[in-house]
Amino acid sequence: MIPSIPQPRSFRTIYGAYVVLFFIYLISPLVVVAIFAFNDSMFPSLPWGGFTLDWFLNSTEPRLGLFHDSRLLDSIWTSFYIACWVMTLSVAVGISNAFLFERKSFPLKNLLYMLMLLPLVIPGVILGISILVFSSTIANWVELNLGLNLEFLRPSSFLVILGQFSFISTITTLIIAARLRKFDTSLEEAAQSLGAGKMVAVWTVTIPYLKPAIIGAAIVAFLMSFENFNTTLMLVGSDQPLTIAMYGRLREGSTPELNALSLLLMAASGTLALLSVFVQRDRK
Amino acid sequence: MNTSNAARLGLILLLAPLLVWLLALVILPHIDMLLISLRERVAPQVYERSFANYAEFFTEPLYWRTFARTAIMSISATALTLLIAFPVSYYIAKMLRGRLKGFLFLLCLVPFWVSELVRTFGWMILLRESGVISNVLQWTGLADGPVEMLYNDATIMVGLVYTSMLFMVVPLVTTLDSLEDSLVEAGYDLGGNGLTVLRTIIIPHAMPGIVSGCIVVFMLTLGNYLTPILLGGKSSMWFTAQIYTQFITRFNWELGAAFGFLLLALSSAIVWTGLKLSRQTLSESMG
Repeated sequence: MIPSIPQPRSFRTIYGAYVVLFFIYLISPLVVVAIFAFNDSMFPSLPWGGFTLDWFLNSTEPRLGLFHDSRLLDSIWTSFYIACWVMTLSVAVGISNAFLFERKSFPLKNLLYMLMLLPLVIPGVILGISILVFSSTIANWVELNLGLNLEFLRPSSFLVILGQFSFISTITTLIIAARLRKFDTSLEEAAQSLGAGKMVAVWTVTIPYLKPAIIGAAIVAFLMSFENFNTTLMLVGSDQPLTIAMYGRLREGSTPELNALSLLLMAASGTLALLSVFVQRDRK
Repeated sequence: MNTSNAARLGLILLLAPLLVWLLALVILPHIDMLLISLRERVAPQVYERSFANYAEFFTEPLYWRTFARTAIMSISATALTLLIAFPVSYYIAKMLRGRLKGFLFLLCLVPFWVSELVRTFGWMILLRESGVISNVLQWTGLADGPVEMLYNDATIMVGLVYTSMLFMVVPLVTTLDSLEDSLVEAGYDLGGNGLTVLRTIIIPHAMPGIVSGCIVVFMLTLGNYLTPILLGGKSSMWFTAQIYTQFITRFNWELGAAFGFLLLALSSAIVWTGLKLSRQTLSESMG
């Protein structure tokens, strides 16, 4: 079953057809979402009513276009704000963790490494509720004993940031640690023997080497945060991030405006994904 | 002495973020959740230690049936994903060369950078009563009237398998890629046919990829919320939805926390069994 071993023609044809079918299965939901963004009809379904850009550009109800829908635009902004925080925090912690696990030896290192991986095997919904429960416990205790009302520990964007950070940090750590592992430490030593201090050597030699991994991890963190649903659902406050807002519209049944939004999201995340692939492939 | 002090300071500075993160956001929240699942409200603001929440799970058929159903459907979805993904992964890893191989592998990945919400939306457009497939069936004369394909188990399965595909294809392609062609050729030279080569050479070689793919897919399916709810509607009966109901709709955090722990226990048990069966460690299959 490798090219050098002859196989009957019929087998090859069937196998090839299966793979083609698989890719049709993979692509078709995305294609229909994109196509119906231009459907001149109130519903994202057949019959095809003709081509229109109303779902992007029209400014009046009931055919409100995406660029004039302030509620959706607000939720995009909320998601963007949350994603920037999550990206910054998880990349910073990821770099720190990478140096810790690749460079240092300390007691209980293996146990801590296992614990660090743990958020990957905890379902997102459960990470969400555990953080919700814990932050409420703290907030209730503070309110009861100190008389302070800590509003940010109630469901809010702050909790969403913490919830997403709690598992995205594992992923950034793994990406950055994988590259640090390949780093030749003699380069750092050379910098030090040329008179650089330890910190200067790390900053001028090691960090630039890690840059592709750091950028890659930042993009992954941003996208995972922007698209997260399960953890966010449990922690969301009054400011709805995009995924929560979209979910609400999907359940109500939406106009093709949602397709327009999806098309933009696909274009944006596709671009970022390709970018992260190329950044990390470079200079490997 | 000075350098060892500096090294110790460096270690502490690097340990601090890790410990704060793990303690404040992972370990303590789960301990707190465990404690809450083990208490019962006897009067307003008065709680007692008890196993009442876990007892309620086992005595109320709706709860444990939903749990069992979620587990069984997740296992089926994992098996189905493996069956569908394996031939494709093999094709990409072993039958193709060069540009096309890289391109098709990338094509496998790109859809999964798109939000799960968008992907599920796509399936809704395809499968709903007024949807694309229903119209195609009517147009070709295979169906007399509109066909509703949403809101049943088969649809949930299609969506779950779709959502999981990436996490199966990537580990499979990676392990199959490292299989030497000469091993397969040797299998044929020694008189094996396609099936024996598959069973004795290819599958054993791909085992680490199969295991880590299955573990990740199972976990994600079990914890999925969007796909079963949107494609299955009211009939989805998914356990994460039950957790959501207890927490957000009914505000019964004690029962919700107990449910959370049961789901976590099931998920961990399956992951642990998978790792034991394949003699791998968590670090190996994740890293």
